[in-house]
Amino acid sequence: MNSAAVADRGEGKARLGLGDRLSLIGWPVAAWLAALAVVAPVAFLSTSLLDPNTEVWAHQWNTRLPGQLYQTAVLLAGVSIGTLIIGCSLAWLTGAYRFPGSRLLGWMLVAPLAMPSYVLGFLTLSVFGFPGPIQTRWRAMFGQDAWFPDVRSLGAAIVVFTVVLYPYVYLLARAALRDQAGSSYEVARSLGAGPVEAAVRVVLPLLRPAIAAGTAVVMMETLTDFGTVQYFSVDTVSVGVFRIWRGTFDRDAASEFATLVLAFALLVIGLERILRGRARFGQAAGEAAGIEPRQLTGAKAVAATLTCVSVLVLAFAGPAIQLLVWALQEAADPKRASLTERYFGFLQNSLILASVTAAVCVSTALVVVNARRFGSRRSTGVATRLTAVGYAVPGPVVAIGVILALVALDRVLESLGLGLPGTVATGSFLALAYAYVVRLLAPGINAVEAGLDQVHPDMTATARSLGRRPLDIAGRIHLPLSRTSVITATVLVAIDALKELPIVLLLRPFGFDTLSVWTYNLASESLFKQAALPALTIVVVALIPVALLSRQISQPSGVASPRQSAARSG
Amino acid sequence: MSEMAEALQAEDAVKRFGSVTALDGVSLDLGSDELLALVGPSGCGKSTLLRAIAGLVSLDGGRLTLNGTVVDDGQRRLPPEHRRVGLVFQEHSLFPHLTVSKNIVFGIRDESRGEAKRRVDEALELVELSGYGDRFPHELSGGERQRVSLARALAPRPALLLLDEPFASLDPNLRVQLRGDVVAALRATKTPAVFVTHEQTEALAVGDRVAVMRAGKIEQLASPEEIFHRPTNRFVAAFMGEAAFLPIEAGTTTLGAVDMSHRRSATIAMVRPDDVLFTPAAVDSGHHGDFSDDEIVASEFRGATWYYTVKLSDGNQVYAVGSHLDPHEVGDRGRLEMMPGHRLIAVADETQA
Repeated sequence: MNSAAVADRGEGKARLGLGDRLSLIGWPVAAWLAALAVVAPVAFLSTSLLDPNTEVWAHQWNTRLPGQLYQTAVLLAGVSIGTLIIGCSLAWLTGAYRFPGSRLLGWMLVAPLAMPSYVLGFLTLSVFGFPGPIQTRWRAMFGQDAWFPDVRSLGAAIVVFTVVLYPYVYLLARAALRDQAGSSYEVARSLGAGPVEAAVRVVLPLLRPAIAAGTAVVMMETLTDFGTVQYFSVDTVSVGVFRIWRGTFDRDAASEFATLVLAFALLVIGLERILRGRARFGQAAGEAAGIEPRQLTGAKAVAATLTCVSVLVLAFAGPAIQLLVWALQEAADPKRASLTERYFGFLQNSLILASVTAAVCVSTALVVVNARRFGSRRSTGVATRLTAVGYAVPGPVVAIGVILALVALDRVLESLGLGLPGTVATGSFLALAYAYVVRLLAPGINAVEAGLDQVHPDMTATARSLGRRPLDIAGRIHLPLSRTSVITATVLVAIDALKELPIVLLLRPFGFDTLSVWTYNLASESLFKQAALPALTIVVVALIPVALLSRQISQPSGVASPRQSAARSG
Repeated sequence: MSEMAEALQAEDAVKRFGSVTALDGVSLDLGSDELLALVGPSGCGKSTLLRAIAGLVSLDGGRLTLNGTVVDDGQRRLPPEHRRVGLVFQEHSLFPHLTVSKNIVFGIRDESRGEAKRRVDEALELVELSGYGDRFPHELSGGERQRVSLARALAPRPALLLLDEPFASLDPNLRVQLRGDVVAALRATKTPAVFVTHEQTEALAVGDRVAVMRAGKIEQLASPEEIFHRPTNRFVAAFMGEAAFLPIEAGTTTLGAVDMSHRRSATIAMVRPDDVLFTPAAVDSGHHGDFSDDEIVASEFRGATWYYTVKLSDGNQVYAVGSHLDPHEVGDRGRLEMMPGHRLIAVADETQA
């Protein structure tokens, strides 16, 4: 009767009870706490630049640093050019033409996303490396000293990243082609431009923002890695952070070095902004008409099908079959009985980490997204944006930043007489999970937000006018109506957490190995066959979000892919 | 004095969105069982006013009072869940995952199960949908959904009901019928209501009083008859019905004397198409010398009537309706006169500052 009482009493100001006040102020406060938790690691990391240790920098500058800067730049440039060429060509081929299998191949071309670079990396080494089957045969044919390109090289690393990451460019280019380019292409053709001229002069400029966004995601994913590149003896700034931290556990040196990675990330974001320019091509009003595909016939059709199939075989099917064969061989080998046992131990660790991350990310996302619905735009808009920045921050930066944030928290708690356990700041489950949440909150928020977008604000308004508190409405109206998106968010975050390597390599507590760490360690020891089982597990699980993603190619409009939106907002 | 409290009182309400002033000093009040129609072109601020009353947006200035309780004073506002203000929107408002009964019971709190059920049945009966309780929204027609929305909004016995273009998405025939039913339900429950629409006929048909808004301001607030027949200015006159305007010179126009009683300084007079009658010259030719000076310059068939644009001898144009039995052609000449009993009404011409 509380609300009735407020309105019925005669003159004077309306009065609210304590609970009512809390239910109003609670939302923005919670959203800001989440934003603070995400921003704190980056903020602490940045402050380490205020007091630089010149000795460390001088040492680095005289030893590895110049080479690291050069290799990082070449790697980023090479991978972005490679993914740009492959991604755009495939998008145009499958989007503008029809040939045998074009529909099926169109969405299967996203599959390489399920292959983590550290898996394809070791497969490349095992097949093309010196002791591998290709080189052995090569030497048998052309003699022991026959020249063969060095596989442990920057070039090979660029190829591996290109093959694994081109789907980001491909996906965004396909989506833009479908949503925006259709009518413009047809108008250009009707004005007398040939297909190539129309593509280059009209479609390509229209796709520029999408391509820029896709390339930015590719660069971020390349920058965050320091596992795969080490297979190929490539030394980047991210490798530098890893070496310093795992080698010396020198917090200050590691954090200063990590700011260098952050600088590269800012460079990537800046580059994306410049590439995108002032262009803001929204979806054209009315029907989203894609380009009407042209039928290819004869040799052209065969060539188109073969191109797509060979990309798919090289990037996904071939590697996946190799993993399967090895995994079966290992499983059949009686000497490896203990392997299966350990496998389940690692799987369990992976699952625990993934579930905790997904649970925290999705519940935080629910709070933040609901807060924006109930609070004023002014009070919660910025907070929501801030909670998504973690995705644009490379893994090593997040990892080191989290350590700094936890150290600071520890100091505060200690002064209150409530110290955290001693090892928290060097490597603990808490630090690991915290870093995962910071990094993976954005895809969770984007997916949950897409779900709540399906609930019209008028519905929330009506529910409130019926006298229900926001918490009630969040639970009884918003949650049931966005259930599918919440489940999607959980799955996406959990799988990203399962695949993740850089952060867990930096922060894992002693003895806490996940499937990805195990894969990486075995592959680093060249125990490729043993690495097959955990690697295959990761690939199979990672196919789930890829299947979700590829469905969007055929659907005109749906839930925006989290990476896609992250790229847009990042 | 609180016994006689108005259902709603707005005093100089101001709301800005960035550089746009959506509400520019709106004042109005609403009696305890009154139905107010709020009408205006899109973007005039009527929906903003409704949302401010509901508590969905906060005011930047002025005051809102519901039943004697200040709910927004420009600094602090009472959240919507504490206002006892019911809302009915155009669409999107039924909870699609809940049955009709559960939709309605959502707003009935702190009641026993039996009482809640009784209230749901009562609400359904009010909108003539008894027995629909177990259906889901997607199993209802558009009109039925709006009836359920109304039932749900009325079930908690709100102190005020707000309807935001509730029938805009329905087809025209259904709309008229549903409009009547809604008004009947509001009268039956003695619920005061503000009804937002952008259609003048709907506003005139529904409201005990009508408020015409433009650019964040209320241009006129009066009875439907007053609004239609004695609009304060050119905008209200033109927005609330078809109208032509003639310049006033020394209290008279080409069509005769003007009623200046309520607006002495006005410079134009309003002529509605039903105020005038066009008589073609051929019918009784040869009477007066200037008899065929008015000419039909455009005609439009409207089913029951013809709608003519007539150019007067002095060059001004007015609109006239004529019977479908006796259509005139473009180019026909004749004489345009005031209908017996109709008068020219002086209105302010705010376009001439």
